Amino acid sequence: MRFLVIRISSFTRHSSFVICDFLLVTILAIETSCDETAVAILRDRNRESGPDILASEVASQIAAHEKFGGVVPELASRNHLAQLPHLLDRATTSAKIAMNEIDAFAATSGPGLASSLLVGNSTAKGLAIGAGKPFLAINHLEGHLLSPFFGREKIAPNISLIVSGGHTLLVKMRGIGDYEILGRTVDDAAGEVFDKVARLLGLSYPGGPAIEARAKNGNPKKFDLPRSMLNSGDLNFSFSGLKTAVRYLLQKPSVVPKRANAERPRKRKEDAREIPRFTRDDSVVNDLCASFQRAVIDVLREKSIRALRQTNSRTLTLSGGVSCNYTLREDLLAICEKNGIEFLVAEPWLCTDNAAMIAFAALLRLQSGLQSEVTDEIDPNLALA
Amino acid sequence: MFISVSAAETEGAGAHLAEKIKAGDVLALVGDLGAGKTQFVKGLARGLGSKEAVTSPTFTLLHEYRGGRLPIYHFDFYRIENLTALWAIGFDETVFGDGVSVIEWADRFGDAIPPHARWIRFEIASESQRRIDLSALT
Repeated sequence: MRFLVIRISSFTRHSSFVICDFLLVTILAIETSCDETAVAILRDRNRESGPDILASEVASQIAAHEKFGGVVPELASRNHLAQLPHLLDRATTSAKIAMNEIDAFAATSGPGLASSLLVGNSTAKGLAIGAGKPFLAINHLEGHLLSPFFGREKIAPNISLIVSGGHTLLVKMRGIGDYEILGRTVDDAAGEVFDKVARLLGLSYPGGPAIEARAKNGNPKKFDLPRSMLNSGDLNFSFSGLKTAVRYLLQKPSVVPKRANAERPRKRKEDAREIPRFTRDDSVVNDLCASFQRAVIDVLREKSIRALRQTNSRTLTLSGGVSCNYTLREDLLAICEKNGIEFLVAEPWLCTDNAAMIAFAALLRLQSGLQSEVTDEIDPNLALA
Repeated sequence: MFISVSAAETEGAGAHLAEKIKAGDVLALVGDLGAGKTQFVKGLARGLGSKEAVTSPTFTLLHEYRGGRLPIYHFDFYRIENLTALWAIGFDETVFGDGVSVIEWADRFGDAIPPHARWIRFEIASESQRRIDLSALT
């Protein structure tokens, strides 16, 4: 039987220690860093089988507005405030657990929107103080970073590629809480450029799955798109130029015939983001998607391999919303296999923003003897390292 | 109105404008994808003395850059679908705050932009050239 020593003195003057049965640690985590409210409850069973997600609830803003009658909240973060109690109810109900059975409370403390972070943090802190249980402030990016290790026995030092709509990072992880940022995007995030290019091509939102589906039937060598910063000598990324390059291609009569341009459908609604559409020639769109996706993946792969070589690392992990892209997963898996490198990627359901990854990061932190003070403040610019 | 011939020059235009910026100023940026809006904000942050990395806030909705003469609130309306969402991220609290607010895709919710805002329009003139109108009317 393993035991864990947890300090629960955050809100009392004197430190006290409790011994917590390791097999029964149950964590409730709240994620409110951006425009989605999420609550998850996770219970650690034992090291072999990994933790159980007892509940993982995500409510988008849109759903909330429908539910609450479309009232326009005048104050920031009213959405989170309005839905959080409902989500907490739903999570505890579906987990069949009472609030007093929770051993620790966690919340995302950054990076994100200040007012939104405050709601989740204050709620988790309040619950922790009320129940006399530990509180853990979790970095949203650490949630992504650790998600590939969900259900695994131990954390190996690794190079981690985090690719989402808001972030693109290469991180060197030595252990829990010991991270070094090796590279990041200097302009657009990888997920963002997928969405923006999808919109340029008149595809649906979110752009990632739409582009991947079209790319399957396209020729990735048809259009020569830039692999930005491949020779920059550092591990940073830039995707803004790629987006612009696709835009120029669409203006070329050789790519999109003039006749097709003339037949573009009328805009239904005025939208500043719309650009002139062309009649959808499937093969051109498929080829553009395939060529674009290939360009993004080439850069992500090359920079990841470079990071692995520079640091002599033997493990690559992939997380964040864009890691749902199977072409990216397969590409990285293939290059890792070729080079004798272990490749770990989070399950798709853990890749997008959720509270389960925050709960998992909190569990690993607790197990490492780390926790936060309830006086710790949120930080909209919270850095990973 | 001037023509920028490179990303570096667009950044330079932002840095130049930063000298005249004061607390409470609002810059409303308008222009297509790839027209140089984020690049301009990079220059603005540099000109105000912030060393923080400036990246697109399309998904994160708002970035704050500190460490300079004034705090910068970098908004992006691209992904915001309605006014409700705009209030939800605290736009009104920030835009009348103590720093300088810069808003990409400001024309998507032009009514929400305060009247004292300065509108800056970016146009793609050619593959390498951008037309930047520093005192656009809308």
